Amino acid sequence: MAKFKKGIAGIFLTEEQVVKAAHKTREMGFTKFEALSPYPIHGMEEACGIKRSWIPYVTFIAGLTGMTAGLLFTWWTSAVNWTLNIGGKPFWSLPAFIPIIFELTILFAALSSVAAMLYACGIPKVSPPIIDKDITSHKFAVFIPHDDTGYDEKKVEDLMKSLGAAEVKKAEF
Amino acid sequence: MMKRNQLVLGNKTLKDITEDIVKPVETLPSKQWLSLFLSAKVLLLFYISMIAIIIANGMGLLGVNNPVAWGTMIITFVFWIGIGHAGTLISAILFLFRQKWRTSVARTAEAMTVFAVMTAGIFPLIHTGRPWLDFWLFPYPNQRGPLWTNFRSPLLWDVFAVSTYATVSAVFWYIGMVPDLATIRDRAVHPLRKKIYGILSFGWRGTAKQWSHFEMLYMLLAGLSTPLVLSVHTIVSFDFAVSNVPGWHTTIFPPYFVAGAIFSGFGMVVTLMTLVRIGFPQFKDYITIDHMEVMNKIIMATGLMVGYAYGSEFFIAWYSGNAYEKFAFINRAFGPYAWSYWIMICCNVVIPQLFWKKSFRRSIPIMFTVSIFVNIGMWFERFVITVTSLHRDFLPSSWGMYAWSFFDTGVLVGSFGLFLTLFLLYLRVLPAISIAEVKPVMNVGKETHGGHHG
Repeated sequence: MAKFKKGIAGIFLTEEQVVKAAHKTREMGFTKFEALSPYPIHGMEEACGIKRSWIPYVTFIAGLTGMTAGLLFTWWTSAVNWTLNIGGKPFWSLPAFIPIIFELTILFAALSSVAAMLYACGIPKVSPPIIDKDITSHKFAVFIPHDDTGYDEKKVEDLMKSLGAAEVKKAEF
Repeated sequence: MMKRNQLVLGNKTLKDITEDIVKPVETLPSKQWLSLFLSAKVLLLFYISMIAIIIANGMGLLGVNNPVAWGTMIITFVFWIGIGHAGTLISAILFLFRQKWRTSVARTAEAMTVFAVMTAGIFPLIHTGRPWLDFWLFPYPNQRGPLWTNFRSPLLWDVFAVSTYATVSAVFWYIGMVPDLATIRDRAVHPLRKKIYGILSFGWRGTAKQWSHFEMLYMLLAGLSTPLVLSVHTIVSFDFAVSNVPGWHTTIFPPYFVAGAIFSGFGMVVTLMTLVRIGFPQFKDYITIDHMEVMNKIIMATGLMVGYAYGSEFFIAWYSGNAYEKFAFINRAFGPYAWSYWIMICCNVVIPQLFWKKSFRRSIPIMFTVSIFVNIGMWFERFVITVTSLHRDFLPSSWGMYAWSFFDTGVLVGSFGLFLTLFLLYLRVLPAISIAEVKPVMNVGKETHGGHHG
């Protein structure tokens, strides 16, 4: 993942402009472009054609795994591997094991979801190139990489300018 | 139609918001911060020496004895764990309820949770008496059988609940901070600062795809934290309720403990927020009087729930017809520990009633004072539950009193040193308000934009 792509970025100053720009860029047939913003924007996913995140599936499966692990572990340790008579309670005391099973469900689900998010976002990433240092503060950007369908420097620059970009520059991403 | 109040005051631009929030991180500390930090640090050193002396000499230094075998360690553990709950309530539960006002207080409340749970976690570890054997609390393959832990014990449930809670809330807090750490990274001038925040921010860039996954994860973690936080204090209450001691063995304990935890936690949030507003005046535009008022309303509501629980316990003690239960409650209110009971009632039920009046809810000095009383009252609630139930149970021949010692005071007071040191450091090195979360709600309540999906 260490290689970064060259391309052209348009810097925008408002939320409305960047959403419109992303929408237009997608309409022009570009598929590998990125829209950058300092905060999540309503409608940006639709504008970029991003599908709903798949992380919930990971959460669900990890939760089920945690639950099964908790169930099997409490059962195996208490009723199979080393049985102890505690206050005459049954070796397999399911109701008393539910808190443990529940906590493990949550723990597995939460940590796996975080791992899935890191994977999905391609982070942690060492020193990724930054198009403009203000993009994490108050500016927005649309970046089109050089290997995208129908990429043409002149065309892309004109497109960005027509969309109201405050600045158009060659960048690496 | 009801008009919404503005969530962010002062007609800020996006740039203003970034600059306001990262200012404490990028400037040198003020004299007030330094003096507070040094005091907290001294208190922390005192705490460390207290713990060292107790571990070196044994639990006998504390007031625990027979019959009162649970004392300051358990009381203060429950106190700190309870404080943590308000942070998760604000960051997770209010998020699921789409309460937009939560955005500006969520980060700091969640930080409070993480530090409070860290502070709390130390107590049961020392309470075991031989903390160097604390790894026995976890089930691991060993050469004694293997002898596993007893999964039927509420104390073991607590090990799992508190460690899961600590892990998940720390992760939730940190992941929410990643985009803001990237903001600090990109603003950094000094290469070392750039490097440190570059590592901390994982190389976050804020692409639409990243935001899409990030928002989904945030919602999932909020959804997972919500049942988790309710389970944690439920399980803490099981430590008491699963035993058969009169005054502990009641089914009301889980909801009563959860309400009390949220009550005490909001008390601490208000205490800290009033101080943060004084220390960092630019935050007054984000943590407005409206925010404080809403939290005071929650304090009043949960205070009433706690008051209802106190009443209900008394009613059941009479209605159950159980002589021991009845005695336990009469003893609480009129026995040798009656003073602690009435301090609790006064701080938790009577004083928060001031908040019925709107001008009191919006007055910083009044809310600060009330929040301090809430903190005191909730510590006494746990004292009342733990000590008064144990000191006189079934057999009058085995009645006794808790032998409060200097070391009890030492660990109680000292634990604030740990908490405040962590909290003060947090205020200076991490963004104390969520930059990326405040920006989308900056126009809520403004004439031109309107919160169209509010």
